[in-house]
Amino acid sequence: MPSLDDLKKRIKSVKSTQKITKAMKMVAAAKLRKAQENAEKGRPYSQKMQNIILNLTKSINDPENAPKLLVGTGKDETYLCVVLTADRGLCGGFNSNICKLAKTNFKKILNEGKKLKIITVGSKGLDQIKREYGKYVIKKFSFKEKKQITFTEADIVGKEIIDLFKNGQFDKCILFFNNFKNVITQVPQAQQIVPAENKSVDLKEEKSNIYEFEPDEDEILEDLLPKNISTQVFKAFLENAASEQGSRMTAMDNATRNAGELVDKLTINYNRSRQASITKELIEIISGAESL
Amino acid sequence: MSNEFKVEIISPDNSILKTSASLVIIPSFEGEIGILRDHIPLITFLRPGLIKIGEEGEKKYFVEDGTVEFSNNNLLILTSTAKELGSLDKRSIETNLQDAKEKIKDNAISDKEKYLLSYKIDTLSEIDR
Repeated sequence: MPSLDDLKKRIKSVKSTQKITKAMKMVAAAKLRKAQENAEKGRPYSQKMQNIILNLTKSINDPENAPKLLVGTGKDETYLCVVLTADRGLCGGFNSNICKLAKTNFKKILNEGKKLKIITVGSKGLDQIKREYGKYVIKKFSFKEKKQITFTEADIVGKEIIDLFKNGQFDKCILFFNNFKNVITQVPQAQQIVPAENKSVDLKEEKSNIYEFEPDEDEILEDLLPKNISTQVFKAFLENAASEQGSRMTAMDNATRNAGELVDKLTINYNRSRQASITKELIEIISGAESL
Repeated sequence: MSNEFKVEIISPDNSILKTSASLVIIPSFEGEIGILRDHIPLITFLRPGLIKIGEEGEKKYFVEDGTVEFSNNNLLILTSTAKELGSLDKRSIETNLQDAKEKIKDNAISDKEKYLLSYKIDTLSEIDR
């Protein structure tokens, strides 16, 4: 049975933890609103970019000479996995969810006897991955000192991917990130960016326009595809940033609630043992008086 | 109003402009293109220059690169560098211009880059005036 003093200290410490988690929740909520806005603002760009590429792809008449970034190298020997995580912890399952998804994919790739290369963005993901897959990590990025991630940072990562591709370092590239659905739900996602996936070509788009191209399709594609990669990376960054804050907010909300429950429980305990000691003293006094 | 069409300029982190106009002039890679309503569907990309919106060129944006799509009377300009002319301050224009002039002296760059840079210098010095 802990003494009254111990209980008092314990209650105090839990209360101060609660204060911290509450503050973190508030901060995350404020940041979330901004990140969410950014993510929503960024969506049209990447969507429309994808649309244009789709239209271009359809009008390519000679698929064999099409840019490699679009159709791929024709092999699937080496996989490049880009894992995007946060630089900070204390955000619930955010980082672990991405890593879990990435690791299942790594396993699959290695089981099929293919080569694996990993690029990590954000330090938390690296920590989780390097234990098992450390030797596959070829490059790590961290934008910890940046307050807000802009297109420039995405461009750095995008250029790295393109350089590796041009040197024939990989055949397929997959991005791992958390897709921001709403504050409570974030879905870890694997998106293939090289070669560009055309799964969204559906029937209703078939009667699309015949475009005029200036200069010609190939040149536009060559200009557009590298940009598209940076754009997709940037989109992933934005989604990730919003998800991180959302996830942190929920986690901290839970932590605050749990701390509150703990304080209640401890307070009951404290009161009970205080009452017990008073009763004990009373009994002692009464029995002392009786014996006189 | 019947001769107007929709214009949208979108950058990765923001939607810069959403309006309608009857004439837009864009600095396409192979030369300036004026777009009117019912232009045939078009996809092209930009070189450094000015996007002029409206018959009198009421709104001007400086761009360095970007992609343009026109279809069904919707003009879509995707660019990461668009800046409205009024919002550019003189100093940043000058440093930008100096940078470009330095770069073009470098013989290692490709003809395409040189071509783009020369347009950047022309446009910037025109704005600077």
